[in-house]
Amino acid sequence: MADLALDPRFELNPPLVEGGATYADITEKVSSITERKPPKQWYIAMAVTTPLALMLFASLTYLVARGIGVWGNNIPVGWAWDITSFVWWIGIGHAGTLISAILFLLRQRWRTAINRAAEAMTLFAVACAAVYPLFHTGRPWRAAYWLFPLPNEFLHLWQNFRSPLMWDVFAVSTYGTVSLLFWYTGLIPDLATLRDRAVNPIRQKIFALMCFGWRGSGRQWKHYELAYLILAGLSTPLVLSVHSIVSFDFATSILPGWHTTIFPPYFVAGAIFSGFAMVVTLMTLARWVYNLEEIVTVKHLENMCKVMLATGMIVGFAYATEFFIAWYSTNQFERFAFMNRAFGPYWWAYWTMISCNVIVPQFFWFKKCRTTVPIMFILSILINIGMWFERFVIIVTSLHRDFLPSSWGYFRPTIIDMSTFTGTIGLFLTLFLLFLRFLPAVAMAEVKGVLHQQINQQKGASH
Amino acid sequence: MVEMLKRLPFLADADNSTKYYGVVGNFDSPEDLLRAIRTVRLAGYSKLEAYTPFPIHGLDEAMGEGRSPLGRFVLIGGLLGLISAVALQWWTGAVDYKLVIAGKPLFAFEPSVPIMFELTVLFASFAAVLGMLGLNKLPQYYHSFFRYSRHMESTNDRFLLAVESSDPKFDADDLITLLHELGSRHTELVEA
Repeated sequence: MADLALDPRFELNPPLVEGGATYADITEKVSSITERKPPKQWYIAMAVTTPLALMLFASLTYLVARGIGVWGNNIPVGWAWDITSFVWWIGIGHAGTLISAILFLLRQRWRTAINRAAEAMTLFAVACAAVYPLFHTGRPWRAAYWLFPLPNEFLHLWQNFRSPLMWDVFAVSTYGTVSLLFWYTGLIPDLATLRDRAVNPIRQKIFALMCFGWRGSGRQWKHYELAYLILAGLSTPLVLSVHSIVSFDFATSILPGWHTTIFPPYFVAGAIFSGFAMVVTLMTLARWVYNLEEIVTVKHLENMCKVMLATGMIVGFAYATEFFIAWYSTNQFERFAFMNRAFGPYWWAYWTMISCNVIVPQFFWFKKCRTTVPIMFILSILINIGMWFERFVIIVTSLHRDFLPSSWGYFRPTIIDMSTFTGTIGLFLTLFLLFLRFLPAVAMAEVKGVLHQQINQQKGASH
Repeated sequence: MVEMLKRLPFLADADNSTKYYGVVGNFDSPEDLLRAIRTVRLAGYSKLEAYTPFPIHGLDEAMGEGRSPLGRFVLIGGLLGLISAVALQWWTGAVDYKLVIAGKPLFAFEPSVPIMFELTVLFASFAAVLGMLGLNKLPQYYHSFFRYSRHMESTNDRFLLAVESSDPKFDADDLITLLHELGSRHTELVEA
């Protein structure tokens, strides 16, 4: 094993489970987490996140009772923290799909240690994102009729399918649904493992129901493997389409600062950048809560840091390109929008964004920063902050100074804006902690498959 | 094993062999399982099923299994999604409620592409998952295989091979000896 780890060919695919692990070790290590009482750290983390999640429900209740005026957005800034946070959450989800689908197709085997948790993160991030379009309608019980083409008696007409907002509804709901299908398909064999290990008959029945009576027969695996491959193949263009379509919300408008063709690739790169930052944040937390150091190794985290470095530089390049194009266009409104972004009343947001998204990832050139967990935890948090500010800068600075100076304003968030956003973070972390506690956080069947390959390679090397 | 052998004369007496699921062997590694499958097939048995904790490369070839037809379901699903997206946008916009917005045509392909793409992916994904469940006959909460006393090992670290009693050549005595020789532990004749 030690020789293999030194072999440069395996640098990107470090041994998934350190030492001479067996298949049974993987089952035991991953399943036992869900079978015993959680460690003290889990309760500490839940004690912090649950009140925050409840604060989300309180804020939303207040919002529905009083109307969306409790948020600070108002003309000229009609979109503010709501869509900023929506785009931020959707972007975070993208890393999960990237890890589960694109890295699967590229046969990056190191992904198996983190893909289950990253996919779960995608689902929870999409759930947090969905809060915003649903509640910014002010009447969430009627939102389905506004968002989806359902025959109804309220409007007597159909949605405008020529609008990018409608494309967004379809993109995000398809994305959430397909991510759920992909994640659950991956879970089926592992749920069967939990069923077969269950001592308590009720627990056994619950997992038997959830895994559909999976037996793991050769014929079942045949169809299953193809279904998984097809889902990965479908998710790959899907994830690229989702943030492209989210960027159309802005790019198809005629507003200076939004009306740019660079948006789709720039948004996708930013989404992957922020998503990997969130995966690193969550994985360092999961390692702390559940001592997963043996499965989620520093090598995995280092690989993710490299992805952040690459995508961070794409994002930085996009910022520079935007500025250059604004100048090159010779359009005075376009030039004004960008000068106003960097040196106007929201200069502090712009330079927070630049520091967090362009300067911070440069630390990942140093191996020490890529391999020291506390350092990368802090850097990943800074990138999360920077990417939130990116969306804030794009949205608010482009809106707050309209074409006529009489229509200029300055957006200030209200306490409900803040409690709603903090609440979504609480909901996200609570769901993630519940996932760690009750479901297999690592794809056991996949890790075993990789271990089998490792064993065979070892045999091949020694012969 | 002793218990097994005691049961065998009982089997010989009963001419109704269908009340058995088959003989199940239990192997240490995927390689042992593949070797056992090839040997058992060479011995003339054809109704085989393997149970493994993870998909094993080369299992389908060893079993003589063809490719999964799932791709066809997904293609049909994707096409249905594409057609529904076109029909939805065309019918709501250009037929049922004609509303000119910003002087744009009531229906055109260009602005319809995003939703066409999304619904294609959505329907294709459902076809993949539902097709997989359908081909695997899931949900199926009871199966005779679960009567094998150590069936739960197949989702952990053991590689199981069942030769079903519906096999025309089914001979429990012969199979138990054969699987045992091939390295199986806890070979059992499993009731249906």
